[in-house]
Amino acid sequence: MTTVTAIDADEGAGLYALAHLDALESEAVHIFREVAGEFERPVILFSGGKDSIVMLHLALKAFAPAAVPFSLLHVDTGHNFPEVIAYRDDTVARHGLRLHVASVQEFIDNGRLRERPDGTRNPLQTVPLLDAIERNRFDAVFGGGRRDEEKARAKERVFSLRDEFGGWDPRRQRPELWQLYNGRHSPGEHVRVFPLSNWTELDVWQYIAREKIDLPRIYYAHEREVFRRGGMWLAPGEWGGPKDGETVERRMVRYRTVGDMSCTGAVESDAVTIEQVIDEIAASRLTERGATRADDKLSEAAMEDRKREGYF
Amino acid sequence: MTSNLTSGEQAAAAAVERSAATSQLRFATAGSVDDGKSTLVGRLLHDSKSVLADQLEAVEHASRSRGQEAPDLALLTDGLRAEREQGITIDVAYRYFATPKRRFILADTPGHVQYTRNMVTGASTAELAVVLVDARNGVVEQTRRHAAVAALLRVPHVVLAVNKMDLVDYAEPVFAAIAEEFTAYAASLGVPEIVAIPISALAGDNVVTPSANMDWYGGPTVLEHLESVPVGTDPSQDPARFPVQYVIRPQTAEHPDFRGYAGQIASGVLRVGDAVSVLPSGRTSTITGIDALGALVDVAWAPQSVTVTLADDLDISRGDLIVPSDHAPQTTQDVEATVCHLHDRPLRAGDRVLLKHTTRTVKAIVKDIPSRLTLADLSHHPAPGELAANDIGRVVLRTSEPLALDTYDDSRRTGSFLLIDPADGTTLTAGMAGDSFAASAKGGEAAEDDEGWDF
Repeated sequence: MTTVTAIDADEGAGLYALAHLDALESEAVHIFREVAGEFERPVILFSGGKDSIVMLHLALKAFAPAAVPFSLLHVDTGHNFPEVIAYRDDTVARHGLRLHVASVQEFIDNGRLRERPDGTRNPLQTVPLLDAIERNRFDAVFGGGRRDEEKARAKERVFSLRDEFGGWDPRRQRPELWQLYNGRHSPGEHVRVFPLSNWTELDVWQYIAREKIDLPRIYYAHEREVFRRGGMWLAPGEWGGPKDGETVERRMVRYRTVGDMSCTGAVESDAVTIEQVIDEIAASRLTERGATRADDKLSEAAMEDRKREGYF
Repeated sequence: MTSNLTSGEQAAAAAVERSAATSQLRFATAGSVDDGKSTLVGRLLHDSKSVLADQLEAVEHASRSRGQEAPDLALLTDGLRAEREQGITIDVAYRYFATPKRRFILADTPGHVQYTRNMVTGASTAELAVVLVDARNGVVEQTRRHAAVAALLRVPHVVLAVNKMDLVDYAEPVFAAIAEEFTAYAASLGVPEIVAIPISALAGDNVVTPSANMDWYGGPTVLEHLESVPVGTDPSQDPARFPVQYVIRPQTAEHPDFRGYAGQIASGVLRVGDAVSVLPSGRTSTITGIDALGALVDVAWAPQSVTVTLADDLDISRGDLIVPSDHAPQTTQDVEATVCHLHDRPLRAGDRVLLKHTTRTVKAIVKDIPSRLTLADLSHHPAPGELAANDIGRVVLRTSEPLALDTYDDSRRTGSFLLIDPADGTTLTAGMAGDSFAASAKGGEAAEDDEGWDF
């Protein structure tokens, strides 16, 4: 299962070197165990996307042969890919995990949230997320965010303190030195924890390949009905697409990220195996968010603004 | 979570694994905008093809809207709105890029005086630091400060990048004089390895590709050096240190009696059969098993995360340290250390704090602050009364419980600690246990004592 690859050649550490995936894996496991040791009620944000799947895989390894001492939380926009929800439920059942679902639809139905004119529900996830954190008194919330994803995230800590409003204040972040993570917080505050901080998109895919981790099939090339909007291929659905003038066609596509259907674009691809996906990513001239996320194109600081409000 | 690969895919999978088995180098850059740091970082990212089209497009767009003609590569690294508005870098930004030879994590730190804490933060995990100087100005106060931080944090490799060589006609004597002055200074601080490289980040000389303008220079380019410098220390040279993070007790039908100690090996090598002591209790046992995240192994080394089982059923919990019985550190409640104060709230003698060392957090009192150090000229200021944000100084601490502390010189991981405000959990101070901490009788005299600054 684990292959620790000693690097030969002229490395200073000689026989006792670690390949970078092993170094990243050990670092992430260390982070999970720190949280288990210092927090009362941690939870893993689990969307069924590849980053959250890798997080869960690492958590399973970190505590084996015991069970993962965390539950899962899915913020459900109501605009999900059916394949991903099926994957989520199957995973929860297989590992005997506990799943909390925070539903954007419920918040819309009872009037606490209003649908946006563009139909996008990604920004609407923050309120149900914070509500679930408060209601369940979660004190540590694992997110799959990576620093390579986006420039505001490049300045994010591994342990990121959030106030009672869930807000991120980049000027008030705690310095993070060595491998010493400070998880202390006051009542009402919580800490967002990012075990994949130092992973890149390519690392995630190489790790998925190495560990033979099963993913929802939409990450691999498949024929799907899509339509063009804002330079991206979106999948039609009840969320409100296509509109007049937008025509649906069938294309070979795959998803590089999986989020809300209304703002997650597919990329045209023939990559049906993980090796082909890795080749494609290595050759790509676009970042995964640039290629597939409409929400980050809103402004230069779109992610920074969402994070300040308590987003993932 | 297992997918079924066809046999035809096995070979491809093996190829993926090989390409994934590259080493990783964490490094930090220090310097100001004027030194061309952002241009150097931008060029490293750009010329290693780590800047993708949409990122470059965003930078070009932002540059144009600011009236600049050429894309300002500094915008790649200044991510936050406040930074772009004020044209300064507030915080450490982490960048990721890779070449076929190696994968890099770059801690990009601002070089202003008031952001010493960011340089310290970036250097704390770095194995290499790039210090930039402007060839026209040579070694200035800021350069000496950056060298001192690298030395203080025990960054094993330092690169002096003498930038803007194009503005001094690529003249060797200019480079040689700066390199000589810097190397002598950094060596006097105990920096074990210094490599000086003449570059022009703007023109691309010696950053990624060798310069055609400096035939007299026969050394590596910056990237060639980053790709070839040895990473890590040989764990077999260090005593094993295994801080227990978490006790794994499944208590299931399948594993009714399993009791494993989970942690990340902080230094050295662990082997099945090793005779070990558990600190601070001092109880002894033998390692019976090492589970390296799913693979039972006979040997594991830093920085692997593993789960260890012992022959005896001891009372071990989070915060304990498992060490070889014949290479155990002394435990102490009296800590002398060099610190960098991080928070705007000053640190004063008499302050009651929490001290986090590896996985152990104990109460501590600041007994004394014998001196403050000015990084630019290494002058000592005895009895400063307090340490303000970005100050470096000596402190004497008394802890409520014994700590198994190594000197920071021996181990960056088990010689480092944080001071935390018990009231609100704020990270106050970063500490590095000094050589003299075991002898706790120095007190106020340490200020005048050069041995107290054993870099």
